[in-house]
Formats: sequence, structure tokens, C-alpha cells
Amino acid sequence: MRARVFVTLKPSVFDPQGRTITEALHSLGYGSVEDVRQGKYFELDVAASSPDEARTLAAEVADKLLANPVIESYRVEIEGA
Amino acid sequence: MKFAVVVFPGSNCDHDAYHVAKHVFGQQADFVWHKDVDLKGADVVILPGGFSHGDYLRSGAIARFSPVMDAVKAFAARGGPVVGFCNGFQVLLEAHLLPGAMLRNRSLKYVCQHVHVRVEQTDTPFTLGCARGQVLRIPIGHGEGNYFADEATIARLEANRQVVFRYVTSSGEVRDDANPNGSLHSIAGICNEARNVVGMMPHPERACEPLLGSDDGKVIFESVIKAVAAGRFAARDAQHA
Repeated sequence: MRARVFVTLKPSVFDPQGRTITEALHSLGYGSVEDVRQGKYFELDVAASSPDEARTLAAEVADKLLANPVIESYRVEIEGA
Repeated sequence: MKFAVVVFPGSNCDHDAYHVAKHVFGQQADFVWHKDVDLKGADVVILPGGFSHGDYLRSGAIARFSPVMDAVKAFAARGGPVVGFCNGFQVLLEAHLLPGAMLRNRSLKYVCQHVHVRVEQTDTPFTLGCARGQVLRIPIGHGEGNYFADEATIARLEANRQVVFRYVTSSGEVRDDANPNGSLHSIAGICNEARNVVGMMPHPERACEPLLGSDDGKVIFESVIKAVAAGRFAARDAQHA
């Protein structure tokens, strides 16, 4: 089963990369893109018997390793669930 | 006394730290591989700079789970002096031995230059030979040294006097243009509440010989040698008794 984990900086944390991308887009004429936040995306292939089990496992590894809770938050999606 | 220099895959300032401890100060020094589970009876532990595990995921995020870190945590819990320089500081943050996290430098650039840092606290094992307010000229070299913590944590760090070093001008003034990476409160280094664990982005091990442009980093090593010799900040360890 495939779990997708999206890790993003918390809203309160300044994202210098996102800011630079926003400015680059503005210089390319995409002024309507008001803000960009850069994050990380993980695909986890997990052996699990149910989507709930896969979700629980993905959340556990996100808490432990994939995200740093001081600066980041995450969201888990289970493919097909 | 004996220094342990932890070596992670990708550490690249391990030999600098070893060289300073052994050849500049004539102390015993040992490398400890990250898969080792004991610290070889060390009195001081250094987590060196570099790019442990290629900085994959986040700087220090993988190194935090190396087997040796259990021994480092236990040593720190017993009161032993532990210092992380640069990537070593990042490892200490990821390991939750120190609070906060590092963000990408606000310039998005890797910054490699000599900077001035002001010693804010002199009651840590690594700064007790300094004068409060002393300005040290030490190099930095990092892409992710932009110290961040939430407001409550920053307030607690300041209230507990855990900010050990701040980026300043050569005359010791905190100014935004003297802050090379955007760190909150110009923080260059902090300690834990017990004050025996210190993390700093500057590299004192690269500033211990005049040939290298500055020997202001020597006081960090002198301090901990003095601290251990005086029995302050010694790990409460049955092996050493």
C-alpha cells in the first residue's frame, strides 16, 4: 500500500526558498502567484493490511523522522483510500 | 584528559577537532565511530562539523539515530561536557539535546567567512575561560544555520541565560547586518538548562592557530580543559570513579 506524506514548514516559520521562488515568478510576470511555500513529498510503500494501518504507520515515521515538529507539519494520504 | 570526537559518515571537521585537542593542547583524543556504543572513557565529547549522512532529509536528522547517540545522551545526562560545532550543533538539535531547529540561511547562500561572536555566558564548560562580552573572531561555514525556535522557547532561552554566543559586529554590537544567516536574536550558540551541552555554529577548531587567520577559538578548548581538570562538569560515571 502506498502512503504519501507531505511535509511543509509551519505557517509561522519563514520560508526563504518559497520567498525566492515567489520573487522569481513575479519577475517572470506571474504576479498573480501571491505566495509559495516549499515542502517535501515522500512516497512510502508499506506492508499494511488496511488503509488505517498504513496511515498510522506513516504518521508514526513522519513524527519520528520525516518531519521536524519544531518547524514542520505534515499530512498523510493513502493512495486509493 | 580525553576528548572523544564522534565520526559520522560525512563528518569533515573531525580531524580538525582531533588535531586541536591532541596537537595544539597535548590532550588525549580518540575518534569514535558513529556505530560504536561507548565513548572510550572520554571526559569531553565533540560532535564535529561536516555533512553527516550527506545532510539528507535535514541536517543532523539521520545522525540523531546513530548508535553512538545513545551513549552521548547518557553522557550528557550524567553531566558530562558535550559540544557540537556546526553540523554537530544541528545533530544536537535533532537529537533534542538542545531546543530549536535550523532553517536555510535567509540569503539561501552557503556562508563561509570569519564572523564575530560575543560570549554571553561564562558558566558553561566551554566558555568559563572567557570574559562575559568577549568578542571572538571565528569562522562559520554553513547553509543551514538560521536558528529558529517558537516564541515561548526563545523567551525561555533568554530567561534562563541559555544563549551562549551571539553574532555581533567587531565592536560587539548586535546588529542585523552582523547576523550572517538570519538567526532569531542573532543566536550563534546555546546551551541546555544544565549548561553542560553547548551547540555553536562557528568553528573554534578552525581558529586555534595564528596561521589559520585567528586563534580566538583556543579559549573554547582551554575552558573545557580547565573545567574538567577542576572537576567541574565531570560526568558522573561509575567507569571513571
